[in-house]
Amino acid sequence: MKQQIIVSGKGGQGVLFVTRLLAEAGLEMGLDVLTAETHGMAMRGGTVISHVKIGSFKSPLIRKGLADTGLFFTHSNVAIHSSYLKPDGSRVVNTDRGGAYAAIDATKYAREIGSLLVTNLVLLGYAVSQEALFCDEAVMKKVIKEASHPRNVDLNLRGFDRGLQL
Amino acid sequence: MEIEMEQKILMGNEAIGRGLVESGCSLVSSYPGTPASEILESVVTFAGETETPMHIEWSVNEKVAYEVALGHSYTGKRSAVAMKQVGLNVASDPFMRSAYLGVTGGFVVVVADDPGPHSSQTEQDSRSFAQFARIPVFDPSNPAEAKEMVGRAFELSEQYELPVMLRPTTRVCHARQNVSCLSPEVLSRKAQFERNPGRWVATPKFLTDLHRQLNDKIDAIAGLVELYPSCVKGDGSMDRYCIVSSGVAYANTYEILEDLGFIGKVDLFKVDVPYPLNRHFIEHITSEYTKILVIEETYPTIEMQLSNRAIAGRISKAVPDYGELTPEIIEKVLKAFLNVPGKGEPDAEEGGVRPSLCPGCSHRAAFYAIRKTFPKGILPSDIGCYTLGMNLGAVDTCHCMGAGISQGAGLYHAYAADSSDYPTVVATIGDSTFFHAGIPGLINAVFTGARFIVVILDNSTTAMTGNQPTPQVGIMADGTPGNTVYIPDLVKASGVRFLRESDPYDLDSFISTLKEADRFCRSDEGGVAVIIAKHPCIMDREARKKQIRYRVTVTEECTGCNVCMKQFECPSLIFDEASEKVSVDQNSCIGCGICSSVCPVGAIVAEEVGGKK
Repeated sequence: MKQQIIVSGKGGQGVLFVTRLLAEAGLEMGLDVLTAETHGMAMRGGTVISHVKIGSFKSPLIRKGLADTGLFFTHSNVAIHSSYLKPDGSRVVNTDRGGAYAAIDATKYAREIGSLLVTNLVLLGYAVSQEALFCDEAVMKKVIKEASHPRNVDLNLRGFDRGLQL
Repeated sequence: MEIEMEQKILMGNEAIGRGLVESGCSLVSSYPGTPASEILESVVTFAGETETPMHIEWSVNEKVAYEVALGHSYTGKRSAVAMKQVGLNVASDPFMRSAYLGVTGGFVVVVADDPGPHSSQTEQDSRSFAQFARIPVFDPSNPAEAKEMVGRAFELSEQYELPVMLRPTTRVCHARQNVSCLSPEVLSRKAQFERNPGRWVATPKFLTDLHRQLNDKIDAIAGLVELYPSCVKGDGSMDRYCIVSSGVAYANTYEILEDLGFIGKVDLFKVDVPYPLNRHFIEHITSEYTKILVIEETYPTIEMQLSNRAIAGRISKAVPDYGELTPEIIEKVLKAFLNVPGKGEPDAEEGGVRPSLCPGCSHRAAFYAIRKTFPKGILPSDIGCYTLGMNLGAVDTCHCMGAGISQGAGLYHAYAADSSDYPTVVATIGDSTFFHAGIPGLINAVFTGARFIVVILDNSTTAMTGNQPTPQVGIMADGTPGNTVYIPDLVKASGVRFLRESDPYDLDSFISTLKEADRFCRSDEGGVAVIIAKHPCIMDREARKKQIRYRVTVTEECTGCNVCMKQFECPSLIFDEASEKVSVDQNSCIGCGICSSVCPVGAIVAEEVGGKK
């Protein structure tokens, strides 16, 4: 199993949390994991990207044109970060418009659940249901339970479930 | 005895923190700075989890952190200090001398570099700094290796009684990887400082001999077989060619060579210790190969030690002599060196959204007020979240920690010498930066008769790096209470005769305080005026709950003049191109309500909906 994933969004959207969930899911499945993240000033609302490499790799960075899957929390990032994806790579995008990719209005569903903070989990659930990721629902749920703050476990699972059902 | 415990997903900085706890280290000090901040935090976590007694502290700056850890090592116990690369500039004084005097207990200096740079003032290479000081340096290529190198660094440090540097880069610090975790080594050492003034006081007459000893140590380390670079051998078909690399650049180089079909074809060397570069390795490379490519970040540290004119590298510019070595750049370099057709993917421009102060940040209110009050003022600033005040046109300089106040004095003296009608200078500095390096600058400004305003943006935290506590908060790194040191006391003790505290959320009152300060500066008895702009960071959940919340909307009166967008620059204010009016993004607005005072036609309305005074 080898998969290269980019997670793209703006600082504050939970890009780092989803990166961590993907890494933990890889470990749970007994796979080698390497990720690269954006920290520092860009986290104050700037454009951020994480790289996740599952399987046997040496470098944490994904080269342009080699990612299998891209999770985009912000529609405007599709133009900025699509160059990381393979021509046939799958893109899962949070948007209220359609597009030539798996489009989902994760923000709307998160608002319905009662917290915009779970927008990232709705999108993650949807990506799992679209089989765009290396891991399945059961592994990801286990990881969400373990990695979430106790206060947020239920909320996060609800967000993830909502994405799965779409 | 060490037993294999378990695999954990660790960030590079966490792996380093874990390595420090596992190595029997009993003191770790640090000052926060990206990309190094999480190292100390994870030492706290892992020391707690493994019930390992350690002294762990956020020191006020890197020089202090270095000296605290150094003193600990003098007693025979193991210690470490962690910082970002420019932190070593602050700590350079004790750093340089500690190479001469050496250490007793193992002493590891973790310095995180930032090629790119992603979040720093420079992309300086700390390996070159290690070479300048003449201490060995390890260059890890991933988090697992970084952790393992902590142990190797402690052993080398104790064997040669030298500080040893571990130099991860951003890509290692902020990578996550599955890492094997072991139980901590228990050293049970008792503090034992042996008086030896010839060494620990080392007046100049001792230093030539200490310098000779240092050189002998480095020569010995350069001959160590166990530090000879490892090699992925080629099949001999390209026997004149070799590639030498280290750090995360090695990891990228390996993967690209693999994809291009060159692994097992061309000799690829991995350097773990770039300085001192193994002496026998240098002989081997320069005698056996005529085509040599060196790929390393960020300065040509390895390349200069090989000192061979045939080398393709940063000096010959076969590798760009600045910037991060992204996989795309390395691919291009490798293809040119190995005569592979195709140029490789271009390193496309990435664009994107610039960062800005959070919605509701009190710094925004302070900057808005300062710029509005002094439209022609000169506004030096400093390092932290508030550097983003440049988005509001309210930050004119940012140099290095603490420089804003001293630069303010320099600016004042320049203008005041020309005319008594000098522009108002307002230096802004955060609370943590003030503790770190602002105090000497303030004392100097008072002492030399400068007349300008210093605004200490006190949000009671070190926000930029992840909300670490400051001495005024009085909570230590592990959450236990320390002694509180108050900023007003320090300001008064520095000889400042004008000191006010004001909450920038109350714009009118803050603006009148600024005007009062300016009058003081220009009065007969004037000098440096200090205003403490006090409001908690809105990232602090509890503090945020305590403030009044408004529902902010924009009425039809909006003329689309964009004054709020340009002068206030809140990410929650959105300009709609179609209607040519501003609206409020209710998803991100925290309801501070300040923007209602900014609109020239009163179209932004704030209605109180909750919270308490």
